[in-house]
Amino acid sequence: MTATRQLPPAASPLNMGEPDGLGFFGEFGGRYVGEPLIGACQEVEEAFIDAWADPGFRDEFLHVLNTYGGRPSPTTECDNLGEQLGLRLLLKREDLNHTGSHKINNVIGQALLAKRMGKTRLIAETGAGQHGVATATAAALLGMSCTVYMGEVDMRRQALNVFRMRLLGTEVVPAMSGSRTLKDAVNEAMRAWVSEVGDTHYCLGSVMGPHPYPWMVRTFHEVIGTEARQQVMDLTGGLPDVAVACVGGGSNAAGLFAGFADDPEVRLVGAEPAGGAAAGRGVPAIVHGMRAYFMQDEVGQILEAESISAGLDYPGLGPEHSHLAVTKRAEYHPVTDDEVLEAFQLLSRTEGIIPALESAHAIAWVANNAAELQGQTVLVNLSGRGDKDVEQVQEILER
Amino acid sequence: MTTASVAAPERSLQSYLTERAGRGKLLMPYVTAGVTPDWLELVDAVIDAGADAVEIGIPFSDPAIDGTTIQEATVVALEAGMTPAAALQQLKSRRFGVPLIAMTHYNLVYRYGHERFAADLVAAGGWATILPDLPFEHAGEWIAAADAEGIENVLLAAPVTSDERLAMVVEKTGGFVYVVSTMGTTGARAGVDSAATVLARRVKSITDKPAVVGFGISSAETAVTAAREADGVIVASALMRRVLDGATVEDAAQLVAEIRAGLDAAYATQDL
Repeated sequence: MTATRQLPPAASPLNMGEPDGLGFFGEFGGRYVGEPLIGACQEVEEAFIDAWADPGFRDEFLHVLNTYGGRPSPTTECDNLGEQLGLRLLLKREDLNHTGSHKINNVIGQALLAKRMGKTRLIAETGAGQHGVATATAAALLGMSCTVYMGEVDMRRQALNVFRMRLLGTEVVPAMSGSRTLKDAVNEAMRAWVSEVGDTHYCLGSVMGPHPYPWMVRTFHEVIGTEARQQVMDLTGGLPDVAVACVGGGSNAAGLFAGFADDPEVRLVGAEPAGGAAAGRGVPAIVHGMRAYFMQDEVGQILEAESISAGLDYPGLGPEHSHLAVTKRAEYHPVTDDEVLEAFQLLSRTEGIIPALESAHAIAWVANNAAELQGQTVLVNLSGRGDKDVEQVQEILER
Repeated sequence: MTTASVAAPERSLQSYLTERAGRGKLLMPYVTAGVTPDWLELVDAVIDAGADAVEIGIPFSDPAIDGTTIQEATVVALEAGMTPAAALQQLKSRRFGVPLIAMTHYNLVYRYGHERFAADLVAAGGWATILPDLPFEHAGEWIAAADAEGIENVLLAAPVTSDERLAMVVEKTGGFVYVVSTMGTTGARAGVDSAATVLARRVKSITDKPAVVGFGISSAETAVTAAREADGVIVASALMRRVLDGATVEDAAQLVAEIRAGLDAAYATQDL
């Protein structure tokens, strides 16, 4: 490990660079949407390229993240759990952001972009409710109206987040089709966008969907990896051996990985829910506007993911992650719901940090693999806090 | 309607529709494969009722482009076990007097295998595909495989499609130009957007290919309005609504007959 590296330049890192002109990372990505949405995607792409090249926009983005979102989030060294597991454990504390997860980075970016585009309304899909709450928050902050689509099953699982969104002045619309979870909320949001594209920006919540979303959302989250890289160097004098994040669609992992993608000595690990392991069990498919790994049956019908965490309850893996999986720059491993519940309690007990069930997947992978990680420096992106999950976990544990 | 020759390889949906459009407005009903056990009878019935071609919807688990009615038909068909292979196999068991056009989401074609899907579609009586989530930028592989079997790939044009892009859609489309009447998803509506009229006029001003309006055709009246600047209409959700509400094959096909009669009455005496 070297301690002399400079921070990555402002431009996108090489291994997670810009997609090609059609929005592909290698063979994944693209813009597989109906003709009514082509123009809307092009408009977002042009606006994003223009805004991101504008230092004024980037200053405003960082200013809001810092003064409103609570950035930079710290990196915490976890001596207790690290000692127990026999490794040096560092947590990037996205759980300390305003609204309780990394999601705020992306929504602030997109909401500022939507304003710049002259849009007055945001729509979004949400799984666990974290992205919905974050979008509702950004809409309130910037004086925009907001509608969030949420699977009817998820609305029951995350009733408190539904109330939070309504409190923030957002309309929450149940997605009643299919499995009534995140993938169906995406379908509903895309349908709504088609009808309302004139004044509405679709604030997509993960590194998925049609170009430019996977690229744009990762770019807004790169602040995670950029900060973490410097913080780990400050704390340890070097780079971590492993950077770990949970992966549903993959936005927090993309943000973390971007900070280390060009450091070949840093192993990048995505922890997938075993019931939604798109990298492990999926094959390439064209769904939700992109070519990416999806769990599907033998004829190409998309399967329903099953996970204890609504936020990872998605049968696909974003196109850039699909590409990183194929090129083997990153690796993706499943963890089971039981292992996640263990990790949820383990981190709470040893460090006084209650993680989101999503983030507990990353902790679970570290705990599972402690034997091979002995003595290594392991950086985990703690993407969100677990307040939203304690009731659900209580029910499970006391059942 | 008389029975057209459907013999490969000289078949061309564009030529066929152009010829038909010279005699009256085109009418293309849509039937979701597997929406009822007797869906093949429904296909026959809508042909008897005056369809110039029939769109066969192959149900997909995540129909992002479709409105509530087609979603509902999709769920019913999937729960009944319908698959792409079964749909093509069942169609192959009959002979239909008009061209069939497969409409589905691209993933099912991709997963089936481009060459195999094209070959099996021809064997099933298919002349063309409509894959709304496959824009022409990404369609190269499918079009190559489809071309080899004489299958045409129909592209969609939307009211927001720019002039520059519309020119490319019109150039690259096979069979006809699918004119999306409104900025919503598929679904029957009380009225048809004037956007459809404007778009159909834009299309017809730059091409001789047939322009057919879809999305929102619910009755003879909306069909007559939508067809004013176009060569014909597609009726999908309104037909599937009847079927889902329990209509018999005859009652469902009656909607197609009414639209046929409405179009013929409104346009029969005009120079087309």
